[in-house]
Formats: sequence, structure tokens, C-alpha cells
Amino acid sequence: MRIGIPRESRTGETLVAATAKTADQLQQLGYDVVVQLGAGVAAAQPDSAFDEVGVRVGSADDVWASDVIVKVNAPSTQEIARMRPGATVVSLMAPARSPELLERLQSAGVTGLAMDAVPRISRAQSMDVLSSMANVAGYRAVIEAAHEFGRQFTGQVTAAGKVPPARVFVVGAGVAGLAAIGAAGSMGAIVRAFDVRPEVAEQVESMGAQFVTVDMEQEVSSDGYAKEMTAEQEQATAAMYDEEARAADIVITTALIPGRPAPKLIRAETVAGMRNGSVIVDMAAANGGNCDLTVTDDKIVTANLVTVIGYTDLAGRLAAQTSQLYGTNVVNLFKLLTPEKDGQLTLDMDDVVQRGITVVKEGESMWPPPPVQVSAAPVAAVAPVEAKAPKPPPDPRRKVFAAGLGAVLFAVLASYAPAVFLNHFTVFALAVFVGYYVISNVAHALHTPLMSETNAISGIILVGGILQVGSTNVAVSILATVAVLVASINIFGGFLVTLRMLEMFRKD
Amino acid sequence: MFDFLTSDKLPGLVQAAYIIAAVLFIAALAGLSKHETAKRGNLAGMVGMGIALVATLVIAARQAELPDPLDHWRGLGFTLSVILVAMLIGAVIGAWRARTVQMTGMPELVALLHSFVGLAAVLVGINSFLDPEAPTEGSLGAIHEVEVFIGVFIGAVTLTGSIVANLKLSAKMKSTPLVLPARHLLNLAVIVLSVALLVWFMNDHDNGIIPLLLMTALALALGFHLVAAIGGGDMPVVVSMLNSYSGWAAAAAGFLLDNDLLIITGSLVGSSGAILSYIMCKAMNRSFISVIAGGFGSDGAVSGETRDYGEHREIQAAEAAELLADASSVVITPGYGMAVAQAQYPVAELTAKLRARGVQVRFGIHPVAGRLPGHMNVLLAEAKVPYDIVLEMDEINDDFATTDVVLVIGANDTVNPAALDEPGSPIAGMPVLEVWHAREVIVFKRSMATGYAGVQNPLFFKENSRMLFGDAKDRVEDIVRALPS
Repeated sequence: MRIGIPRESRTGETLVAATAKTADQLQQLGYDVVVQLGAGVAAAQPDSAFDEVGVRVGSADDVWASDVIVKVNAPSTQEIARMRPGATVVSLMAPARSPELLERLQSAGVTGLAMDAVPRISRAQSMDVLSSMANVAGYRAVIEAAHEFGRQFTGQVTAAGKVPPARVFVVGAGVAGLAAIGAAGSMGAIVRAFDVRPEVAEQVESMGAQFVTVDMEQEVSSDGYAKEMTAEQEQATAAMYDEEARAADIVITTALIPGRPAPKLIRAETVAGMRNGSVIVDMAAANGGNCDLTVTDDKIVTANLVTVIGYTDLAGRLAAQTSQLYGTNVVNLFKLLTPEKDGQLTLDMDDVVQRGITVVKEGESMWPPPPVQVSAAPVAAVAPVEAKAPKPPPDPRRKVFAAGLGAVLFAVLASYAPAVFLNHFTVFALAVFVGYYVISNVAHALHTPLMSETNAISGIILVGGILQVGSTNVAVSILATVAVLVASINIFGGFLVTLRMLEMFRKD
Repeated sequence: MFDFLTSDKLPGLVQAAYIIAAVLFIAALAGLSKHETAKRGNLAGMVGMGIALVATLVIAARQAELPDPLDHWRGLGFTLSVILVAMLIGAVIGAWRARTVQMTGMPELVALLHSFVGLAAVLVGINSFLDPEAPTEGSLGAIHEVEVFIGVFIGAVTLTGSIVANLKLSAKMKSTPLVLPARHLLNLAVIVLSVALLVWFMNDHDNGIIPLLLMTALALALGFHLVAAIGGGDMPVVVSMLNSYSGWAAAAAGFLLDNDLLIITGSLVGSSGAILSYIMCKAMNRSFISVIAGGFGSDGAVSGETRDYGEHREIQAAEAAELLADASSVVITPGYGMAVAQAQYPVAELTAKLRARGVQVRFGIHPVAGRLPGHMNVLLAEAKVPYDIVLEMDEINDDFATTDVVLVIGANDTVNPAALDEPGSPIAGMPVLEVWHAREVIVFKRSMATGYAGVQNPLFFKENSRMLFGDAKDRVEDIVRALPS
């Protein structure tokens, strides 16, 4: 089958659905790939790069006549008209918000696979373009903020005075939020982050940010997305948003609710209370924005000199990187769709991933797919763990009693024993405790050498044998000689093998 | 020279040498607690042993040289030459074994060496009974007899126990636990019989050798049965337990020979082995008793229910190499399977290659990985993996969440999430390496068979883990070849 990679028709679009590398990978799956002339120029993928890996570069007609069209943006009406009936188109489609697109695909009799409808399960992560793009966008959001921000991110003490570190507040710890946290943190800023899902606190902290908490009840997300909050919760968090935003130099908002307009989290009065020169990057601008003042696809500066950025093409601003990631996601999808690696695209409607992305199949609407639960397991697992009560610790008095009883018994026995025995026993008891304390500190890695060393040392029993060899009792003499022999094996073997092992341990 | 041997200052001198040797032994064990001081520790042990042996030879010579009215002792020349020849033979055999043993064969060698201590303890104990100079009257005589009996008993248990452990470890004997009916009662019966024999032994001086030998035979059988009932995976505990026994055997010999050096050394070794066993048991979340009692999971009703964990997914070496090349941090968790496949050299090569690419590579070692405490560390050291990237379970468990790729090489139960998630599992509560928190887990395995504990491992069916089937050594070599340069 032939895969066509057209040039994106949307104005200002810089991305391309395949780079030279990923186009080559598609060919290795058995497909014949044709890329439209100049399709990758804006993403640093000139036609010559495709030529080099043996991918054909062709005209628009050539591309649109392909069996499968892979692109970034949803196909326009004109583009759908150019496709053959029965062909397949793979792109971002936002199926929940674009019913008219689905209708057009149906009437054209084509199959539509929405890259942005990949279910959020671990197995499908390798084809999750939303995560790929959000990751890049989160990074770029920090870069845009740094570009507008009049100061450095990192704190310094210089001869010209102390520079405080920038304070960054990230709202929403999804992929974009975490990427922004990582980027801002590595530039030296102090990063604080909030998410309505308390279970992501660990991830936030693992990226080096502080997780801001609000006292309220929340349930664990069951589909991998955040839910819109209830009225009381919103009230409880509103104060926190206001406080955190006012204290921050940079605010990056990423709060999205699937299929709904973005929640308004940063109010106009909050922005008015922020310091001069602060920057807000609203990554939810495409869905209306998290900030009252956001202007989609534009940058504004408020009266108190706070910059509000509402760019929706953050990922596209790193075109080469995003195209590469998008292309790799596409390759991973085609690996799933081409199990035989024979260049034949097959759709298996029993597979949740393939079912999930198929929005139109041969002219029939398949949207919406049945829901997929991704994280039901941890919720269910909580109950049995809690049900198991910890074992009550044994009564400490029992130990004391046992020790006391032992001491009394020993004292009784000792009063009958001769002095020589007691002397030996003193040595014995002390040596046991010395051994206990000496060995307790041994590094785990040295347990084997320790064992062979103690082995060699316990060959000291040789002493007993040596003293008995000279006996005139022949049996004693022979037995003692055997004892000397085997104990010697122990001593020499034990020490030498310990030495050999210790020689091997080396530090880098 | 003969004046020196018969001088009355000599016993004091020898005693001083013994004390110095004892101090050096303590220093040896203390030195072995850290990598930096370990070699010095070993040297201290050797010097201590040298001093102790020279002092003992001097005493033996003195016994031969002193006026001997009862004609108990043979002449000096005969005594010393027999001792030296026996020691020389022992030294040659010991040095040869030490030089040629494979690091993967360390557990067998250690177990075998334990059996020598056990044998020596039995022989010394019996000798001490036959020794015409031994006290036979009064409380001293009674104590001496108890000491002989206990010394021989421990020595005999150590002897056969270690031999069975050696045979199991070298796969000359099946490593599955031998489960006889009423096996705990059998063990108890042996002990009760031994006590009865002790009573006979103490009351019949003329024929004392009969109960003594009978008890020796019983103890030998007990040692065999004790270890035969324990499965291969519990060997780290068994080997350290036998290490402990061999120490106690030496200490018992010290009591009956009136020798403080033996007592000190024996107790040092005894408590060291006991602590190691305790550490191993804690790492498996099992009580010492349950390990010694043997037969993993066969005691209760808690056999692992069969559950459907879904399907596992496979990965090929080339793909694994790509994952590793793109990773920024990699953790390798080896298990006994790495030792079996002798995969430590290719693993070390892979580590070196990845590190050269700037990938952070570390090793996570579970306390009971392998068949000997610290077994994996020795294998990795042999393959020249620097020890500062080889970490313990507690040091690395929190880092898995930020790890890109985990390679599980020949480990199974030590990375089983069922230990934490399934309260009914036979290994529930055992601390494990939480590898599944990493982004990708690649499991090297021969097949989908279960591990030692006989429980299925849900790790293999997790969505972020993939199986790389085949011989661990071959597969790691494939990856090394497939790594883009």
C-alpha cells in the first residue's frame, strides 16, 4: 500500500507528519511512501533528506492518490475531496469537537483514524501524539516565558548584588505541566505546581517541584484525565490560585478538560495583583484559556505590565522536534496496524487502541468508542490492604521476663560449675557479642568474602588437631592428622579465595 | 632451643600469641565491613592465623620435649614432621581450589569448606575423648564429657549438612526439598535420642565410645536431613547457617581443649553466620524457623491461587538495544539466572558500553539474589563492574520511578510485585525490588516458568514490561552487538 505525506495546508503550520527517518521506518514496514514536494521544509526536512533515505518525493496529486494519507492537521473539505473512496486518512481530528468533519469523512466513504483519540493506556503511550506534543509545548512555554521575562531564572550572588531565582507556578501536572516543571527547574527557577488530582503529587515532586495542596476531598481519576471541579472545590482552590499566582513571576497554565472549554482559573483581578514584568503562558488558549485575559494566538501586555501569552502553536514552534515525535508516534501506530510488516493496513476492532482511534470506518461513523478504564486497579486494591490489621507487637515485658529467667538459670548452673569452665564461658559470651557488633556493620556486597574469611578463621580448629597429633594412642594420632589436613585446606583455601575476591572489587 | 621449649615462661608467651591472634581475627572481620579496609582485614586474618599456628606448633613441640612419665607423647621429630606434612598437603589442596574455583562456583566451595570444619570438629572431639589425659572425675570430668558430646554433635551436623548443601549447589543432587512424612518429628526424635545417649555416655566410662559413635551417626543423619529438606533458593540462609554451625563447632572444641583462642574465634564465626542468616531471612520476610523447617510454601494452605494475569509481550534484542541506547538511566537487577548463564561478563561489557555513551547504569542487588550472601556482588566484581554502581535494594528502590529501563536478568521472585500486592501470595510481605515503577522493564528469561517460590510473577504481564526469551548470556551479547556505536 502507498502512504502519502502531504504538505500541511493550514496557514502558518510548520509541522510535517513524517521526517526522513520515520518515512524510512514506514517503508521498512512494507509501505511505499511518497512525500509532497516541500512538505518538510519548515521542519528542517528538505526534499533532499527524503531522497537520501530512498523515500520518493512527488506532486500533490501523486500524494493525494495514495491509499493512506498521513498528516498532522485534520483534512480540509477540499483535501477530503481529493481522496479516493476507500482510502484511509490519519491525522489529528479532535473527533469530539468536530462532528462536521466526521460527516464529511463519512460521505466521502473514507476511513478516518484520529491520532488524538489514542486511549490513555500504557500500551498505547508510544503512539500518544497528544503527550508528545504536550511535552514539547510545555518546554516551549517555559522558553516563551523566559523570552518575555525581564530577568534570569536562576538565582545568583554576584559582585553586582544578589539575584533572586524566578518563581514559577505551574497549573496542571499533565504531560505539558510536568515538561514545563522540568524545563523551568533545570533553568534554575523555584517551581511550584498544582493539580486537582492529588495522586500526581509524587510525579510533581519527582520533577523537583513543590506540590501545592488544598484541603479538600478528591477522587482518583479513572480515565487518566482531570475532571472539572465541583463548585465547593473550585471555591477552595480559587484562593490558592490567587495567592500562588500573585507570589509567582511566571505562571504556566495547562488545565484542560476533555470535550469542554478550559476552566477559568486565573482571574483578571489576580493578574492585576501580580508583579510588574510577570509572565503568564496560557497553554489552554486553544480551548478558551485558563486566564480571563488570554487572547488566543496572541500575546498581550496588561496595564501593570504582565504579559499574557496565548499561543496555540507552542509545539509547532519546535517544528523539527515535534515532527520527529509525531512521525515516530505514527510509525508506532503503523507497527500496530501492520502486524505482518507486509505493507497491508489491517484494522482490528477488538483491540481497544485501534477501536479508539477509528472514528470513521469505510464511510460509517464509529465515534464515540466504548470507554476504556486505565487505572481502576489501584482503587480496588486499597480495600484489602486496609482490612489487614497490623499484628500487635508482643508484650515487651515477656522479653524482660525471659531474659531474667535465663539469667537466673545460668546463675544456678554456674554456681555448680568449676572456675575453669566459667573463665572460658566469660570469654565465650564476650566473643559472641564482639562478633555480633563487628559483623552487623558489614556491607552487603562483602558478605561472600566475609563468609570465606570466617571460614578460613574457623579453620583455627586446626590448633586442636595439632596438639593431638603427637599422642601415643595411634587412633588419636591418625584422626588428629586427618583433622590437621582438612583444617589446613580450610585455612589456606579460605584466605586465598578471600584475597582473590577482594582483588576483584574495584572502584571506578 | 630445647631450653626454650621446656622453659616455664613459654606458656605465658603462647598465651600472649593467642591473645594477639584473637585480636587480629576481630580486626580481620571488622576490616571486612568496608571495601576500603577489606584487604587489610584479610591480611590481619592471615597474620593472626600465622601467629596462632606457630604458637601451637611450639606447644606441640613442648609436649613432645617435656619429661613425660606416663609416656603419652611421641618424640619431637615425629610429631612435627607429621603435622607439617599434613598441613602442607592441606595447603596445596586449599591453594589449588582457591585459585581454580569459578566465581559462580563460590557457594559450593564455601559449603564444602564448612564441611571440613565440621569433620575436623568431629575428629578433634572424638580424640579428646580418647585422650588419656582428659579429666574423667568430678564436675570437670562431667563438663568435659558434655563438651565432647556437644562438639561432636555440632561438628557432625555441620559435616553432612554442608556436604548436602554442596551437592545441591553444584546440582549433583536435586535442589527440590526432600519432604519426608513427619519430618519435624524425625528431627525431634534424633535430638531426644542424642540426649539419651549423652546420659549413657556420661555413666559408662569404659564403653563411652559406643554411645558417642551412635550419636555421631545420628547427628550425621540429622545434618543430611535438615539440609535435604531445604530448597535451592533458600541456600543463602543455609550456607550462612552452616557457617554459623562451623563456628560453634570450633567454639565447642575450644571448651574441651581449654583453649580460649578457639572459643573466641569460634564464637566470632558463629555469631557472624547467625547474623548473616538473620539478614537473609529478613530479606525474604520469613522466620528463621520456617526456612530451617524447609519445604517452601508446603506448610500452610497459602498456595498461590492461579490467576489470569493476561498476556506477556516479547521484545527482541535489537529493539532492547535501541531502548537502552535512548535511555538516560538504566538499572540492572541480576539474579541467580545470571550466575547460571555465566552472563556477568557480557553484562559488564554492556554496562561499560552504555556508560561510555553517557547512560547512567546502576545495579540493584536483592539481599537474597544468588545462592550465597553477596553472591551477585562477587560475580559483578569478577567481571570488573565498579562496586560503587552496585547498590543494595534499599538504596535503589526509590529510584526506579525515575529510571528509563530496567533489565531483569535471571531474577524472578526478588522482583515479584505479588509480594506487595497479593496478601495471599506465599511471598507476601517479602521486600522486593520495585522494578515495575520504571518506564520500561525488560525481563531476560528462558521461558514463562515460575521462580523458586513457585508463584507466577505478575511483573511479566505488566504493560511496561517485556520478555526477552533465551539464554541470558546470548541475549545480552546480542544486545551488545546491536547497540548503535
